[in-house]
Amino acid sequence: MSQATAPPRPMPPPSGALPAARHPSRRRRSQAVSGHVFLAPWLIGTLVLTLGPMVISLYLSFTDYDLFSRPRWVGLANYRYMLEDDRFLTSAGVTLEYALIGTPLKLAAALAVALLLNRASRGVGLYRAAFYAPSLLGASVSVALVWRALFATDGATDRSLAFFGVHVGGFTDNPDYALYPLVLLTVWQFGAPMVVFLAGLKQIPKELYESASLDGAGRMRTFFSITLPMLSPVLFFNLVLEIIHSFQAFTPAFVISGGTGGPSDSTLLYSLYLYQQAFASFHMGYASAMAWVLLAVIALITYAVFRSARLWVFYAQEDAS
Amino acid sequence: MTTTAASPAPAERTSLRTWAWHAVCVVIGLVLLYPVLWLLTASFKSGEEVISNLSPIPKVFTPGNYTEAVDGVSGLTLWRLFGNSLLVSVGTVVGNVLSCSLAAYAFARLRFRGRGLYFALMIGTLMLPAHLMLIPQYVIFQELGMVGTYLPLILPKFLATEAFFVFLVVQFIRSLPAELDQAAAIDGCGPYRTFWHVIMPLLKPAIVTTTIFSFIWSWNDFFSQVIYLVEPETYTLQLGLRMFVDMDGSAMFGPMFAMSVLTLVPVLLFFLAFQRLLVEGVQTTGLKG
Repeated sequence: MSQATAPPRPMPPPSGALPAARHPSRRRRSQAVSGHVFLAPWLIGTLVLTLGPMVISLYLSFTDYDLFSRPRWVGLANYRYMLEDDRFLTSAGVTLEYALIGTPLKLAAALAVALLLNRASRGVGLYRAAFYAPSLLGASVSVALVWRALFATDGATDRSLAFFGVHVGGFTDNPDYALYPLVLLTVWQFGAPMVVFLAGLKQIPKELYESASLDGAGRMRTFFSITLPMLSPVLFFNLVLEIIHSFQAFTPAFVISGGTGGPSDSTLLYSLYLYQQAFASFHMGYASAMAWVLLAVIALITYAVFRSARLWVFYAQEDAS
Repeated sequence: MTTTAASPAPAERTSLRTWAWHAVCVVIGLVLLYPVLWLLTASFKSGEEVISNLSPIPKVFTPGNYTEAVDGVSGLTLWRLFGNSLLVSVGTVVGNVLSCSLAAYAFARLRFRGRGLYFALMIGTLMLPAHLMLIPQYVIFQELGMVGTYLPLILPKFLATEAFFVFLVVQFIRSLPAELDQAAAIDGCGPYRTFWHVIMPLLKPAIVTTTIFSFIWSWNDFFSQVIYLVEPETYTLQLGLRMFVDMDGSAMFGPMFAMSVLTLVPVLLFFLAFQRLLVEGVQTTGLKG
């Protein structure tokens, strides 16, 4: 993250070097007290709303709990049941497909458009803002409703394709294609990673391009030998964030399928199934177990991406030393 | 980009390339904004026309959709839903701004034992999926009798649970010169007065960014609202829109899209007013929109 965020001026020295007044120890003690006072809301929040709930959720994942009666300890039964639960397996598959198709497309679009916008020209600010707009609107129910209408049977997409002689038979009502509008909706929001790519592009020293052009490197060569390696830390950052995001997608699938994940569970994203288990069937124990499996999968994938980063992420500073 | 090159030929080529570049950008922009345009025009179409008419221009101009949208759904007027959404969003903004800048100041400027550990913990929570805490949090709020009120949506924001914003403000405070704190200390200011009178006024850009993103995210939020708000009187715009969806039949399409447009108006206003800042805010912190 620091690659994209390094401020232009050097970091200020730590303020612990304050010219301590006459009583350094009293000063330190007062900092300890005031530090905890300033952190009090965050400390309470973290204990009561993050760490505490994590412990409880781990416990609940080993129980049968319906919110109204006491949790009943069932050991690993929830986790074991996942392997027999067809809808669980479907939701995991759907989510994986959604992430595997959506993330690369979204990042490719973000990078391509960032390269396009990486020039000082009139109107560039306007384009940046316009391309970023979907990232802010996309999470809303309103836009999900638009998608629902655009991709319904006899909707705008269906009719336009029929005009060209392609008959799909609707997207949102067709189990074979219902996931694609959702993928398109996430790709449509490429503006957020694009902006991060733009920040990364600005950090690449101009001299590299100048010497490359003196050496007679073409555009493709420059892109693969300079731009891409220099951008790899930002690409890595975007990749990790997008993977985490795509595993948590909820609103569009909920709104477009009317909360069912249909047709035939073809849009049953993991979050949606977890929601159904917890708040429609009141299988709170099972839903907690699902949350822990989600964390494990996200952690595993992030770890794998981090490990692979050694092979393809290039840090200029490290290389110089 | 410059048109005053020495010989006419390269200049011509440059200007041609600039035109081509603008053309590509405009086409991308139109494709991206098409769904928004579609929404806007659909809100002026009659129910059947929404599906049948592909042209963006309504055959029958139906501004009545908006009067129906203002009347609302199931006895809930638009103003009611709007007011409820506003309450949640404003509460979220105030909570986030206060609690996150307090925590950020401690992380960025104060020296005390455990700070490193706390900071690592804070960064760690950035990556945690919300699902993990979801059910126990629900149980806690249920036990406290708060399910059905706005408290589960607002109270956590006063406890700095959105680590994104803490991190954003920490980064910002770190870029402020430490001499400020030193000067304030020499003038006899303790940490509280330094925070309130020296740092807080300088935090304005970070606070504006926090405000905009907090507002838009909580305004668009659906997941926690659908879980915690059970009484129709407490429903927000997002839940109101969902009620439209539940009533089937194409007759509702026009008013539904009119209400969708009205729901997006605050987001669009924020966007238009702060678009430069929004893009920069994302750029400097890697925040997701």
